[in-house]
Formats: sequence, structure tokens, C-alpha cells
Amino acid sequence: MALLSKKDSNLILDPLADNNPITIQVLGICSALAITAELKASVVMAFSVIFVLGMGNVAISLLRNIIPSKIRIIVQLIVVATLVIIVDQILKAFAYELSKTLAVFVGLIITNCIIMGRFEAFALGNGPWRSFLDGVGNAMGYGVILVVVGFFRELLGSGTLFGFPVLGNPIEKTGLYSTGYENNGFMIIPPAALIVVGIIIWIQRSRNRALIEEN
Amino acid sequence: MAINTDKNIYTVVFAVLMVVVVGSILAFVASGLDGRIRENQRFEKQQNILYAMGVHENEDEGNVNFVPTDKVEAEFSKYITEQLIIEGDQITSDDEAYLIDLKKQKSLAKAGKTPKLPLFIGEKDGLKYYIIPMYGQGLWDAIWGFIALDDQLVVQGVYFDHKGETPGLGSNIKQRYFMDDFTGEYILDDTRYAGINVAKGNNDPLNKIKDDNEVDALAGATITGNGVSAMIRESVNLYKGYLETIRAK
Repeated sequence: MALLSKKDSNLILDPLADNNPITIQVLGICSALAITAELKASVVMAFSVIFVLGMGNVAISLLRNIIPSKIRIIVQLIVVATLVIIVDQILKAFAYELSKTLAVFVGLIITNCIIMGRFEAFALGNGPWRSFLDGVGNAMGYGVILVVVGFFRELLGSGTLFGFPVLGNPIEKTGLYSTGYENNGFMIIPPAALIVVGIIIWIQRSRNRALIEEN
Repeated sequence: MAINTDKNIYTVVFAVLMVVVVGSILAFVASGLDGRIRENQRFEKQQNILYAMGVHENEDEGNVNFVPTDKVEAEFSKYITEQLIIEGDQITSDDEAYLIDLKKQKSLAKAGKTPKLPLFIGEKDGLKYYIIPMYGQGLWDAIWGFIALDDQLVVQGVYFDHKGETPGLGSNIKQRYFMDDFTGEYILDDTRYAGINVAKGNNDPLNKIKDDNEVDALAGATITGNGVSAMIRESVNLYKGYLETIRAK
């Protein structure tokens, strides 16, 4: 594909696998644990972070030569917070229903360490286009893990996907439940997310041994 | 010319400029969209009140479906026959009672002053509904809702909402399967205003027993559930005086 050079496309593709912000850098874990009990919330969060990190990286990258280094963290926080609030206000005015679903994520996005991490590590030293790609790539890497964790937690914990029952009705014992299968209530509480993320990290590192850190 | 970004004066000027620029952008956006946002919130309140008294577009199973926003104002004036403000012993009628900020009134009540409590009377298919607004505290932030009672103080419907309960856990208080459980429950336990408890392990997951003042809790949302119980209990006790007069009729 000639749309992006090899170097640029790596900015998008690396964070999806071998440099994943959650499983390799172990950033953004807090929100990954908190909101992955349902698939819908995971998807919404993934898209919100893609937008905010993509735009934020561009903004920081444009300002990178004039930001005083002493207060750069505060400047980064202000940029994220402003972006998130503007998006929230626009949604409240024009897509009220959607904004109610998103309300809880606003605070979580601002405090997401991946965002501050990418501003610090990448946008402060690179041009806007590359920063944009890096932001989108990292947010997608984060989103992929969120969706995978959300998929398993909702399926095993509630027997639904996107709120639709896929395994039958647990109260009337139809579908899979007629065989004696029960939903695992443990899956919908946050510790289960930690275990699912742990298993993903385990699988990823046993497939690619180069990723295992030396102690 | 390269600017020396390490100088203190530069840092201060940059900070001031940044705050001014960001502040004006936010102020501009907020004031530009304020009207629309307020209107959306007003429609939402009307939808919620109507939902509690059973005016909605729900299908047999599944999701909460409100009256659509373009019809809500007409439906609201059709079904809600009277809006009252209860201030101590004084009861007045006011068509904008539903816009009263309950949070403020509840803290007035706590401080020992007389709050202005809104109450809505609805009529549908010849039945009278008394709809009480509620406000309380969940795990992370505020929760609120509306509870519709008939003249025997039996719950005819509820609506709950929240500001920031955990998605997939506490946020499920606004799901059909949780709210539908409340219908048919009694607010009274003999003569005490007990409200309805969100109870864990009450051995009644299908909620067939309606006179136990209990509904089945949500797994993983203990504190949100306790918040809902406390909110209902506190709210019905605030309206105790008025509810007694309905019951006596």
C-alpha cells in the first residue's frame, strides 16, 4: 500500500501487536479493568480514545516548540481536558442519547495514562502527521484489547453480546442454560478483567518469546 | 528567532495565554450550545416522568424506549394533569414544578428548612398516578429517578438514572429487568414508610413476592443498590405527609 510509507504504517501497526500499550507497556490498565464488563462500553470507549488521542497528539505536536518544558505536563492535561469537554458539549447538544452513554468515560479519558504517555513520548518530538498516526495506532491497540476483554466478560458473565442474549435465557433455562450451564458472576466484576488481561499477556508472550522481559 | 522557553517570564506568559485561549474557547462553545442542551435536558425529564407512569414505547422485552422527543411535550401535557409544589403544609399548583432542582431542596430539608417538593399527578386509562421525584447517591456520583404510586401506595412504575455508575454493573439500574421488578411492590410495611430494599440473597430472584418490600439486587453493584434503597426510603419519607392524605381518601 503506497498510502503510507513503511515507517509510517509501523506507527499504526506496532501498537496493535508487539508494542501494545496495554499488554506490553501496561498503560491504561485502570480504564481497561473498569469498563469492560460489556462489549458496548468497550467499543464506545475505544472510539472515544482514538478520537481524543489522535487530535491531542496533533495539538501537542503543533505546540511542541513553544511549550515551556517546566509546565508541559499541565499543558498536556489542559489540551486533553479541553478536547474532551468540547466533544462532550457538542454531543450533549446534538446527540443527547449518545452523550449520556459517554458521560462516564469523560473523566476516564482525561486520566488515561496512554494519552499522557504518547504526548510525552511521541508528540513532543515529532511532526503533526506522524503524531496523528502514532495516536490513532496506540488508541487502536488499546481498543483491540478492550474489545477482546469486553467480549469474553460479557459473554461468560452475562451470556449476552451488545446486550443481545446469545446463549439463551438464564431464568427460563433455554438454549445453553437447559444443559445446566450458568453465567459466571465473577466475570462481571473488575478482578476478572485483570485475569483476562493477564491471560492475553501470557498468550502473546508465549507466541513471541522476544517480548519476555529480562529480570 | 529562537525563543528561550526556559525563562520564567516566558512560562508565566505562556500559562496566562493558554488559560485565556482555552477559557474563551470553552466559554464560547458552552454559551453557544447552552440553549439546545437545556432543551434536551427538559425533554429528558418529561420523558422520565412519563416513563415512570407507564407512558413509553416499550416492547415486551428488552430496552427502555421513551416517548420520542418530538412528541414528548404534547404527551406530557396530555397525561400529567397537575403539578404540585408541597411546601410544608402549603400545596400549590405550578406548571413548571418539574424543573425544580431536587438536589437543592433535599439539602434544604437536611438543614431543617422547609423544602419545595414537586409532585406530579398523572392520569391514564382512568387511573390516577402520584409521581414522586427522587435524588440520592450511588457509588461514584448522583443517582436519581421517579417513582409512580397509585392511591393505595402500590408502585406502578419507576425510572432510575445515574451520572456515573460503573458501566455493566451499577449502570444497570436503568435497565428494564431491574426497574420492572419494582412494579407492584408496596411502599408501606404496615404503616411504616419502609420503601423498597434492593436486597441480596432474598431467595426471590423472579420477584414473585410483592409484599416483602424487596427486589433482587444486581450482582457486583452492592453500593449502587444500597444507594437506590436509601434514595427511595428518604424520598417517600419526605412526602409522607402528602401520601397520608392520599391513603386516607
